[in-house]
Amino acid sequence: MATTLSRPAARAASAAPARRPRRQSWLRRHVVQIFAAVALLYMFLPVAYVIAFSFNNPSDRYNSTWNSFTFSNWTDVCGPAGVCDSLKLSLEIGALATLGATVLGTLIAFALARRRFGGRATTNLLIFLPMATPEVVMGSSLLTLFVNLQVPLGFWTIVIAHITFDISFVVVTVKARLQGLDSRLEQAAMDLYANEWQTFRRITFPLVFPGILGAALLAFSLSFDDFIITNFNSGQTVTFPMFVWGASLRSIPPQVNVVGSIMFVASLGLALVGQVFYRRRRA
Amino acid sequence: MELPKGRARRGSRSLPYVLLSPGMLWLVIFFLVPMATLAALSLQTGDYEQGFTLTWNWHIYSEMWTRYGHHFIRSFSYAFVATVAALVIAYPLAYAIAFKAGRWKNLLLVLVIAPFFTSFLVRTLAWQAILADNGWVTSTLRSLHFPMQDGRLLNTSFAVICGLTYNFLPFMVLPLYASLERIDPRVVEAASDLYARPITAFRRVTFPLSLPGVVAGTLLTFIPAAGDYVNATFLGSPQDQMVGNVVDKQFLVSNDYPIASALSMTMLVAILILVSLYIRRAGTEEIV
Repeated sequence: MATTLSRPAARAASAAPARRPRRQSWLRRHVVQIFAAVALLYMFLPVAYVIAFSFNNPSDRYNSTWNSFTFSNWTDVCGPAGVCDSLKLSLEIGALATLGATVLGTLIAFALARRRFGGRATTNLLIFLPMATPEVVMGSSLLTLFVNLQVPLGFWTIVIAHITFDISFVVVTVKARLQGLDSRLEQAAMDLYANEWQTFRRITFPLVFPGILGAALLAFSLSFDDFIITNFNSGQTVTFPMFVWGASLRSIPPQVNVVGSIMFVASLGLALVGQVFYRRRRA
Repeated sequence: MELPKGRARRGSRSLPYVLLSPGMLWLVIFFLVPMATLAALSLQTGDYEQGFTLTWNWHIYSEMWTRYGHHFIRSFSYAFVATVAALVIAYPLAYAIAFKAGRWKNLLLVLVIAPFFTSFLVRTLAWQAILADNGWVTSTLRSLHFPMQDGRLLNTSFAVICGLTYNFLPFMVLPLYASLERIDPRVVEAASDLYARPITAFRRVTFPLSLPGVVAGTLLTFIPAAGDYVNATFLGSPQDQMVGNVVDKQFLVSNDYPIASALSMTMLVAILILVSLYIRRAGTEEIV
C-alpha cells in the first residue's frame, strides 16, 4: 500500500504518528466554528427581520405581523410625515458633529502620540472619562448646564452634545493609528532635510489619514444613531432616532425598516469597498 | 513612544499645548462643568416654575435611595448578567475569527459589526416583534414546554437582558478580537509541545493573554448596559424599569430636577467606583 501513495500523502502519513491521534469527531474539532456560526446567525436575526418587514404591507399599526409583499415602502420612503425631515436633520447634525469632533480629537491624538509634555496623565483621564460615563449621565448633565445657562434646546445643543461624546472615540482611533506608524519614516524625511511642517504634510499626515477617516466614520455613525443623549438635549427637534422613539408609542411606519435596511446595506458596502481598497494598496 | 532627541529639540515646547487646548477646553466646558452643575442641582430645592436654589439638601440622596434603590439594584444586576452572557457569546466568536478564519478574517470582522449599523432603536424594535406573544419564537418555545416567565418572552426581564446582551455585543467582540489577534500562535504551540492538552493550553496561555480584551470588553458592555433604558422600555414590563427610565422621566416629564440629578450623580459615582476597582483588580491600565 505504502508504495502506491503519492509523495505528499506519504509525507503526511509519516508525519501523522508524531502528532496526537485524531480520534475526535468532526463535531468536537469544529465546536468553536459551529458556535461562532450560531452567534453570527443570532446577530443577523434582527437585521433579517428588519429587511424582510421593509417589504411588508402592514395590517397593524406597529408593522409587527406579516401581511403581504410590497415594494411601495421602498418607492415611497418619504411618504409618512417626519421620516425624511428627521433623516435630513440627523445627517446635518452628524456631519457637523463629525467635523468638530474629528478636528478637535485628531489634534489631541497628535499631541498624545508624538509629544512628551507635562499633564499627560490628566489628559488621558479626561479622554477616558466620557467613555466611562453612561449616556444617561452625560445627557442629563449637559441638560443641567443648558438649563442653568438658559440656552434653548434644539439643533445646536444636539450638535454640542454629539461633539462631546465623539471626541474621545476620535482620539483613541487616531492615536492607535499614529502609534502603529513606523517613526523611522519621519526620521528619514528629516534626514533628507525636510523641516517639521514638510515632514508632517508629506509623510505623517498621508500615513495617518486612513485612521482619521476611520475615526470620522465612527464619529458619524455614533452621532447618527444616538438616542439617549439626544433625547435629553433635543427640545422639540426630532432626529431620526427621536422619530423612531416617538413612532414606537403611536404607530411605526414600515419606512422605518427601509431606512434601517439602507443603513445596514450602505455601511456593509462601505466596509467591503474599504477592505478591497486596503488589500489592493497593500498588494 | 521613543522620540529621537533631535526632534524633541526642534519642536517648540508649547506645540503640544496648542494642539491639546481646543479639544481639552471643549471637554472641560461640555463634560466637566456639566458634572458640576449636575451635582449642584441635586442639592437644590424648589420647583420647575419658581426656579431652584442651592440649600445643600443632602437628604435628597437618602430619599432617592428609598424611592429608587431597587432600580439601581435591578440596573446593575441586569447589566451584570448581560455582560456575562455577551462574554460567553463573543469569546468563541472572536476566537474563531482570530485563529480559525484564515483569509476570511477581515470579511468576518465586517460581518460581525455590520448588524449594528442598523439603527439601535430599529433593531430593538425588531426584537420586540420577534419575541412578541404571537410570534413564531414564542409559539415554538411554548409547544416545546420551555419554561418562560408567565408563558411569554416579551415584557419579561429575560427579554430586557437579551436585548442588552445583543445591543452591546460589538463592544465585547472587538476588544476580545484585538487582544486574541495579538497572541503569537507559537506561544500556544509551545504549550502543546510541552504536553499541555488543548484545554490546558487555553486555560494557562491563551486566556491569560487575552485578559486585556476581556477587561476592556466587559467594561465597554457593562457601562452602556447599566445606563440604558431603551431595552427596558421596548422589551420589558413596568416592573423591569431601570435607572435610566427614572432619570428620563424625572428630567423630561416630571421636571423634578433635584431628584433626577441625584439619581444621575449616584449612577456616575457607582459606575466610576466599579470601573476603578475593576481596573485595579484586573491590573490593566492601558485601556485608553
